[in-house]
Amino acid sequence: MSDVKKMVTKITNLHGKTSESLLPILQEILVQERYISEDAMVEVARVLDISAAEVYGTATFYSFLSTKPLGKYVIRVCKTITCMMHGKNQIIKELEDVLKINTGETTNDKLFTLMETNCLGQCHEGPAMLVNDTPYTKLTPEKVRDIIERYKTNEILAN
Amino acid sequence: MATKHLMRLDLIFKNENDTENIIKKTMSRSNEDIINDLISSGLKGRGGAGFPTGLKWKLTADTKSDEKYVICNADEGEPGTFKDREILVRVPEKVLSGMAICAKAIGAKKGFIYLRGEYKFLVPKLQTSINEFHELLDSIGNSFRINIYMGAGAYICGEESALFESMEGQRGEPRNKPPYPTQSGFRNSPTVINNVETLAHTYSIFKYGADKFRDLGVQDSRGSKVFSVSGDTPNPGIYELEFGMTLQRFVEDFGDGDAKAVQVGGASGFCVPRKKFEKTIIGYQGKLTGTSLPTGGSMMIFNSSRSMYNVLHNYLDFFVEESCGQCTPCRVGTQQLLHGIEAVKRGDMPSGYLSKLLDLSETMRLTAKCGLGQSVANSFSSIVENFREEMIY
Repeated sequence: MSDVKKMVTKITNLHGKTSESLLPILQEILVQERYISEDAMVEVARVLDISAAEVYGTATFYSFLSTKPLGKYVIRVCKTITCMMHGKNQIIKELEDVLKINTGETTNDKLFTLMETNCLGQCHEGPAMLVNDTPYTKLTPEKVRDIIERYKTNEILAN
Repeated sequence: MATKHLMRLDLIFKNENDTENIIKKTMSRSNEDIINDLISSGLKGRGGAGFPTGLKWKLTADTKSDEKYVICNADEGEPGTFKDREILVRVPEKVLSGMAICAKAIGAKKGFIYLRGEYKFLVPKLQTSINEFHELLDSIGNSFRINIYMGAGAYICGEESALFESMEGQRGEPRNKPPYPTQSGFRNSPTVINNVETLAHTYSIFKYGADKFRDLGVQDSRGSKVFSVSGDTPNPGIYELEFGMTLQRFVEDFGDGDAKAVQVGGASGFCVPRKKFEKTIIGYQGKLTGTSLPTGGSMMIFNSSRSMYNVLHNYLDFFVEESCGQCTPCRVGTQQLLHGIEAVKRGDMPSGYLSKLLDLSETMRLTAKCGLGQSVANSFSSIVENFREEMIY
């Protein structure tokens, strides 16, 4: 059995093999593989007995899923109005400088992907960002540099 | 600053520590009794649309089916809203109790909390609360069960039928209505879907009685409301206030002294300029004329240093990304509105073009399939009409 097949078997055994399990399955694949590959989508379709187009449709609809490889840590900076008003652009600039990538890109060592996202629901404490599932609020350029450093040195471990 | 502050309430976040009593007491009542209590309380949905909660429960209870569901809508995605997160963190037992009581009243065995992907960090604690709550239900011989279902970053999934689609593994594209969820919701079964805050309010109603709840607020807008206050304010955060306040009173309490506009109800809500603060009331009563505004609780304050063009641009950018793309008015309309205001700002289009864009937003209100496309006109027209000069120069 190929690696993709093994992984999909394991995940579908855990989450179930109906189309209702599709979203949890894709979320889990993303956690493990850092993206949802074409092979994985085809295999999920086979196991769930639905069309691959349906799997592709769902995989490409949600902003937290990705069919392109992401870094180990995905940074999502809130760009909605109140975070914007409180200095989101400086946070993005600082992250781009520190990580030496543009928004939308992944670092060469595959450690970080930088993205902008819509409202994170932290509007009273903006600017805010998520690193994988962990929210960071009231950001300043200094704070952001420190957070990235702590991820780089494994002081904060993957979640 | 006014001498008398708006009354701050402490119903939702009050630590009651008597979940077991409330559950036992309410579960021993008849379903009709429970639902009638909720109807007479006047509680309306706190997600923003304001549908009467008791009626929703009654319609679902009246629909005959072996399978029914209770879903807590925790896909809190409206810009400027963060109250549901706070409720789930501080008083999850109230939300869970509301779900269990609803399940009994309508005849459901399963419940789900659809939690937005951005709030995944809440899961460990929330799951612990659910486990404890299940033990409590076990102890009284109740087999109702609640599961968390994780969203994956899509604003549209806050729309109830899109949420069902998402839970069924599909793209989050809204369904045609009717049928409404009370008839055909999750798995095409009758479903009550309530906002987090709405469910938490039912707990207070069952504890203190419908009359106590009715005493708060004003006609057609009963009870208290949790507001998420952000923007240009010295006191951002969560506040539980009584319905029926004027925006003027609100701004006196929460503004920085220089408020020029308040966006009530998030990107899909209305922008109210300073000159209309006095006559704008926060509540559900009356028609949506712009003088009485219903709200999911998002209150974003902008002071005179802010460009309302930038505000509108940000909202439109949001809608362009979050439109599911299923229906043409919304998919194309949101893009054209965004391109349109950019063209006017650049001077590529005359200022009169704004009237055409207003017409377009009105067309979207009439023809878009769901609330997302229909409500783009709310912020668009209220910002363009009240701050026209800022759109042009």
